[in-house]
Order: sequence, then structure tokens, then C-alpha cells
Amino acid sequence: MNSGHILSAFDTDLERIQSHMLRMGGLVETALHDAMTALEKGDLELAAKVRSEDQAIDDLEEEIRQEVERVIALRSPTAGDLRTVLSVLTMASTLERCGDYARNMAKRTFVLEEFRYSSTLNGTLRRMSRVVETMLTDALDAYVDRDMAKAEDVIERDFEADQIYNSLFRELLTHMMEDPRTIAPAMHLHFIAKNIERVGDHATNLAEQAIYLVTGSFPSDDRPKQDVTTVNLTELRDG
Amino acid sequence: MENQTSTIQLVQASLVRRKRKERFLKGLGLSAICFAFLMLATLVISLVASGHSAFVQTHVTFEVFVDPDEIREKRLPRGGFDDALAASLAEYLPGVDLSDRATKKQVEKILSNGAQFHLRDLVVADPSLIGQTIELTVPVSDPYDQLNKGGIDPDTPEENRRLNDKQIAMFNQLVAADTISKPLNWGLIINADSRFPELAGLKGALIGSAWALLVCFLISFPLGIGAAIYLEEFAPKNRFSNLIEVNINNLAAVPSVVFGLLALSVFIGWFGLPRSAPLVGGMTLALMTMPTIIIATRAALKSVPPSIREAALGLGASPQQTVFGHVLPLAMPGILTGTIIGLAQALGETAPLLLIGMNAFITSAPDGPLSSATTLPTQIFIWADSPERGFASRTSAAILVLLGFLITMNAVAIFLRSKFERKW
Amino acid sequence: METAAETAAPKITAKNVDVFYADTQALHNVSVDIPDRQVTAFIGPSGCGKSTFLRCINRMNDTIPICRVSGDITLDGQDIYDPNVDPVQLRAQVGMVFQKPNPFPKSIFDNVAYGPRIHGLSKDRAELEGIVEKALRRAALWDEVKDRLDTPGTGLSGGQQQRLCIARAIATRPEVLLMDEPCSALDPIATAQIEELIQDLSSRFSVVIVTHSMQQAARVSQRTAFFHLGNLVEFGNTDDIFTRPSDSRTEAYITGRIG
Repeated sequence: MNSGHILSAFDTDLERIQSHMLRMGGLVETALHDAMTALEKGDLELAAKVRSEDQAIDDLEEEIRQEVERVIALRSPTAGDLRTVLSVLTMASTLERCGDYARNMAKRTFVLEEFRYSSTLNGTLRRMSRVVETMLTDALDAYVDRDMAKAEDVIERDFEADQIYNSLFRELLTHMMEDPRTIAPAMHLHFIAKNIERVGDHATNLAEQAIYLVTGSFPSDDRPKQDVTTVNLTELRDG
Repeated sequence: MENQTSTIQLVQASLVRRKRKERFLKGLGLSAICFAFLMLATLVISLVASGHSAFVQTHVTFEVFVDPDEIREKRLPRGGFDDALAASLAEYLPGVDLSDRATKKQVEKILSNGAQFHLRDLVVADPSLIGQTIELTVPVSDPYDQLNKGGIDPDTPEENRRLNDKQIAMFNQLVAADTISKPLNWGLIINADSRFPELAGLKGALIGSAWALLVCFLISFPLGIGAAIYLEEFAPKNRFSNLIEVNINNLAAVPSVVFGLLALSVFIGWFGLPRSAPLVGGMTLALMTMPTIIIATRAALKSVPPSIREAALGLGASPQQTVFGHVLPLAMPGILTGTIIGLAQALGETAPLLLIGMNAFITSAPDGPLSSATTLPTQIFIWADSPERGFASRTSAAILVLLGFLITMNAVAIFLRSKFERKW
Repeated sequence: METAAETAAPKITAKNVDVFYADTQALHNVSVDIPDRQVTAFIGPSGCGKSTFLRCINRMNDTIPICRVSGDITLDGQDIYDPNVDPVQLRAQVGMVFQKPNPFPKSIFDNVAYGPRIHGLSKDRAELEGIVEKALRRAALWDEVKDRLDTPGTGLSGGQQQRLCIARAIATRPEVLLMDEPCSALDPIATAQIEELIQDLSSRFSVVIVTHSMQQAARVSQRTAFFHLGNLVEFGNTDDIFTRPSDSRTEAYITGRIG
């Protein structure tokens, strides 16, 4: 599909909603990265910035929604065009959720600072965050390049993020059992970890949208599901 | 922006020139139409000017004593009808002495030559008239007719006119006796041809033309339409049908005299059909009219939208049902128009009819397509050739009658077209 | 619906159909199975051969002397180009509605009654009137024209004229109804009425429609065939053609990239 539409305005419309979505992706990547940095360094200023900038992401999502509405009403897209429009809509709402997770992390950073709870877990979180950030970037790249291999790779890597989250979960659980005073900060830390893990899931969704865009169908649902904490919990209780 | 203003300026500059050209063209067209109209008006006015007098005829009405000394029942139809007429007319001319042979001759000459035959016919039909006095209205002879219509000026020197002073004096006596009248000349329509202009009429020519046109229509209409339908709807489009098409178009442009020669050698020479017969005339005219009808019919068939043909064929109508059920009825107004125009052309055709002898002098109307006859245009040709003064106005009158028929036929064509034309 | 289309025997089967206009090949090796009681749409750019193929199905191409058709087209298994098959009889079985509404310049009644009359479908006037009423009702036109059946069909509006033409076509009780861009001369409301009618008719006939409007094909048809440059590029369920076309040319056409 190298050639453009006969109606060039249609091309312009499609390019605009996609570029909005990619800009949104860029904002989310930054927000996530900044939220992690703020948490790690206890940089409340940066955390405040992440919180305030989430509004821009929300605004972009609303803008994309309106433009998609317009394109569907005026251009009646079909086949690949229809998938492009639908995937942008889905991805925008996915990215908006990711933005919310970043804001939530920034919010919890303020609470954690009050507890002055510094833990060895920051390194693990950092690692997990880095994995998820690359997943997010790669998913968006796969979308831009219509790169199926890269998208499938992102889906594979969710496994890694889930595993890190599992180990973090156990560690936090151990901390809380050992010292009940750490329960409050540990809970916050756990939510942060869970947020990052959710972003990873969403990155997988983005990669799936990239695949849908190219093939017209979603990959079969045998993606690695490694969030086994529910199972572990029962194990722990039983044990 | 600069570009736009310059465009407007250029347009404005050229607008004057363009409008001038447009006015020039309009003026040219208008003057062409005016010229054509002027020509037509000249023709009609000159025809009316010279022909109007032929629509009336000077008659003299007087008491005729059917003298038993001159006309005896036993000798009928012979008898001294001319003497009886002259004697009766002399009663209105005091001071005229019939015993002078020259004077008697002059009195006789006042009346048309046909007057004595008219009286004879009356007496033969009713011999009891002998010995009685009857009122008779008969045409006057051509010179007196001219005199009465102003064709002869009494002021010109005596030696330069056809009537001498004495004759004019006699006519004036008749006028004074209130015997001269000038009624509408029905004789122009109901009389056949004659040597004497005051008696000559178009009856023979009208009936001859009618027979010829009927024959022409009966031959050319079915044949022309049949040929056109075949060529347009059924014939395969190949070199042969192209050749036929070209030849038909050429046929329409062949000079009519050629058809006359063809008819002379084929219909008369070969088939042995009689000369001067409306049948042969009609067949000749049919040859000329057929290409016109074929071309008009093909054009009319072509102008029927193909969607109608598709609709009928799509419903499972056979090609024949399609043509006769849908295409032909829709083409009919065009076909009829073309046919009538072709027939009008045939009505006015002279040259081929001259060649098959339809310019013969025939004093009775034809009683069938095989009896000798003239047609309107050949009658005009005959009259135009005649030396008598009276025929000059009759020629113009006959042309007016012919034009009247042509206009009527064209009017019928226009009427049919507008009446049967369908919108789709 | 899909399974029905795949399991039921096709109404019309075309195999390796080539069409030539003089020396120009207009259709290349077209093979297609048209299901019964469904709407099949032919789409494609102008001059792609979709109308040509449609006109092969009722042998309307026979009326064009330079047109030559090879390959097999069968209707219920019977070869329609068999020398024993009369095109007149075939066209009674396979009705056609044209691009421009083309009612005869006759009364509404005579328009609809024309087919039954020439094919002798009615014994008497009463039966003929019954056929006409039924056809007009089925074409959703009866209520609009029942009081003026003797007025000219050409006096109706464009949409009504086209429905009159549909009534005229279905009055001969055809098994297949071919429609060559039936809505191209109509306004959107009339188009919607015709589309509704097409949906309704497909419960009784196999309907084949050629259309320039892809949206129309998407709206009315269950199966869609895409023609391009005389080739049948893709034939499948309408849902698939418009969401996941398998051929890139189809995709380019339906998304508006090639004309």
C-alpha cells in the first residue's frame, strides 16, 4: 500500500490521527520514565511535573477520539483504513490508561517520601520499569514500521515483566510479614509495581494492535501469562 | 493577486472585441434571414399580383331566346347556337346591326367559345327549352376579360390593343346594361384544361397529381420503411451494407430528370405501360421519394433511445417484437414527417414527368391511374408555354394553388410531429 | 448465511469465461459461482468488465455483433450458450434492470403487463391484472400508482420509474434478476428505497447487481466480486471483502487508492 488515496485529504486525516497517537505515545513514555526517576531519586518536583502533564495526554486522547469520529463519518474508511482508524482509537485509550498509571506512580511517590521508606527494591523496580519502557517504545515502533516481528517480540517480553513483578510481590510480602510497620509503604510500592506491570500488559495490547493493523486479525490468545501471584498467594496461605 | 487582476483586465479588454464579433455574427444571421424572407415575399407578391385576376372571371348574364328557327329538335345536337346567342346578346347592344357579317362576328366574339357548347348542352339535356327565353351566365372571351380586369387600357392607341374602339364601345354598352359580373372563378378548379384561357382549369391536373401521389405513396412508403428497418435493425454491419447505404444516399442526390429517363425506358419502353399515365408518374416519383423516406426513417429509428430496445430485449421480446412493438411506433412521427416532405417534393417535381409525357394537352380529367393526365407542375409548364394573355395569370394562379398544397402538406407534417412526439 | 452459500448448489456457474469485443479482450478467464436467493454485487472501476460479465448472464451481449463470448455459463446446470437455448427464453428466466430507468412510453399497466403478454403468462385480463398488481406490490410501488395505472410510466419520478422497471422485470417471474447500476441516476432516498427492495427481492430471486458505489455493494450484498482490468480479482463474502480483502488490488480499490 505504497500509493496514497486518490483523495489526498483522506491521507492527511489518517496521518494526523496517527501522528497524534504517536505524540501521545511519546508523552506517555516520558511520563513513565520521569515517574520512575522521581520515585528513585525522591524528586518531588519531577513527580509534580508528571502529575500535571497527564492532562496533556488526556486532552490528546479526546482530540484523537473526535478526529476518529470525523474520519469515520466523512470518509467511510474500509479495510486497512478502517483498521488504522480503529487501532488508533484503541491505542489512544490504552496509552491514556498508561498515562494514568504514571500519574498514579507520581502521586504515590509523595506518600512514600513521607514514610522515608527506602528499600533495596528500587533497583528491581528500576529494572522492571526499564523492561516495560522498552516494550512500550518497541510496540509503538512496531506500529509505525508495521513490523510484525518486533510486535511479537514485545508480546514475548511481557513474560519477563511479569516475572520481575512476581519476584517483587514475594519480596514485598516477606517485608510486610517481617515488619508490620512497613506494610503501608510496601503496599504503595506494590501498587507502583502493579502499575508498571499493567503498563507492560498495555504495551502488549499496543503490539497486538500493530499486528491487527497488518493482518486484520489478532494473534491467538496463547500469550505468556505469568502473573501467577494469585496462585502464589493461595500457596502461601496454605503453606 | 497580481495575476488575478491582470486576468480580469485581459478579459475586460477582450470582452469588447468578443462582443463586437458576436454582434457581427448576429447581424449577419439576421440579414441572411431577412434576405431569404424578402425573396420569398417577392415571389409570393409577384405571383399574387399576376395571378390574383385568374381567381375571378368576367361573365355576362343575359336573356337568351332559344330560336326554333335556328335550333331544331330533330337536328340536335347540331344547330345555330352561336347565331342564337349573338342575336340575343345584340338585344342589349342598341345600334348594332347583325346583318353586317363583320359586326355579327364581333358580337359572337364577345362570348367565350365555350358559351355555345354550354347552351347546346343545356338544350340537349332539355329540348323543351326550344322556343323559350332563358337567362344564361357565360364567360366572356379572353380579350374582354382582360379589358374588364384592366389588362387592356382603352387609352392606348387603337392599333396597339387587341380590341378596337367599336368593340370597347359594345362592351361598355353591356356594362351599362348591368349584364357584366365578375364572380369567383370556380372554373379554375372544376374545369379541365382548354385552349381558351377563360375556360381552362386545373381539375385534370389536380386529379392527375392525386393519382400519381397515391401511387407514389403506396409504393415508396412500405418499401422505404421496410428497407430502412432492415438496414437499421437487422442488416449485419459489413462492407456490403455500407455499400448499400452509400448508394442510397447517392440515389437521393441523383437529378430527377435521370429518374424520368429511367422510367421512360423501363416502365414505358420495357413494361409497355401507357404514356402520360399517373401510374407511371407515381412509379417514377416513388423512385425519387424512396431514398428520402429511407434516410428519414433510418434517422428516426436511430433517434429512438437504445434503452428502449434494451428494455424490450431484456424482457425477452424477440427482435421483431422489439422493432414493431416499441421502436417503430416511437419513430413514427419522424417517419411520417420525412414521408410527407418526400411526397411534397414529389408533388412539385416536373422534369421526370415531362419525360414520360405528362405534359400532354388533355381536356378531360383522368378517370383512373391508367388514363392520360397532367399533374400540377406539368400543367403549370404547359400554361407557361401558352401564348394567350389569359394563361399568364392562370399560370401564376396554378403556382399559388401548388404552393398552397405544399404548405398544407408541410403543415400536416409539423402537426403530426408535434402530436405524436413522445418524451422519454 | 455463509454456510448456506457454500453448501447450496450455485444458481449460476461461470467457468473460464472470456469476452472479446472484436480483437479486444474485455474479460479474462472469469470463473464464479453465484448463489441462489442472495445478493451478489460486482464492483470495480469503469471498464473493468463487470457490466460485460453481467450482460453475459442473460446474453444481452448477443445484440452486439462484434462481441464474442467463450467459456461456460450455466443456469441451474443448463449451459445458457447451448445452441438449443433461445436467448428470448433465457431472458424470460433472467430479468434485467438497467442503469437509466427506461419505462416504455406507455401506461404503467402496459409497462408491467408487457412481459407477461409477450410470454403468454396469463389466460385472461383478470389474471393479467393480478400479475401486474403482484409485481407492483413486490416492487413497493403499488400504493403510489394504484389509482393511475393508465397514466404514462414516463410521468413518474426517477425512483418510481426505476421501481416500475423492477416491477416490469419481475412480472415475468424470473429466477435471476440482473441489475446494472440501478441507482446511479437516483437520489439517496430513492436509492435507499431500491436497496430495501433488493434486500426484499433476494428472498425469492438470485439478485446480481453491478454498482459503482462500494458502499451500496456493502449495504445490499452478501457476496461481492471485484473486477479489475477484465479480471475477476477477488470473490467472497461481502464482510470479508470490505474488512479483510485478500488481494492488494481489492484493498487499494475499496479504500480509494486506485480508480
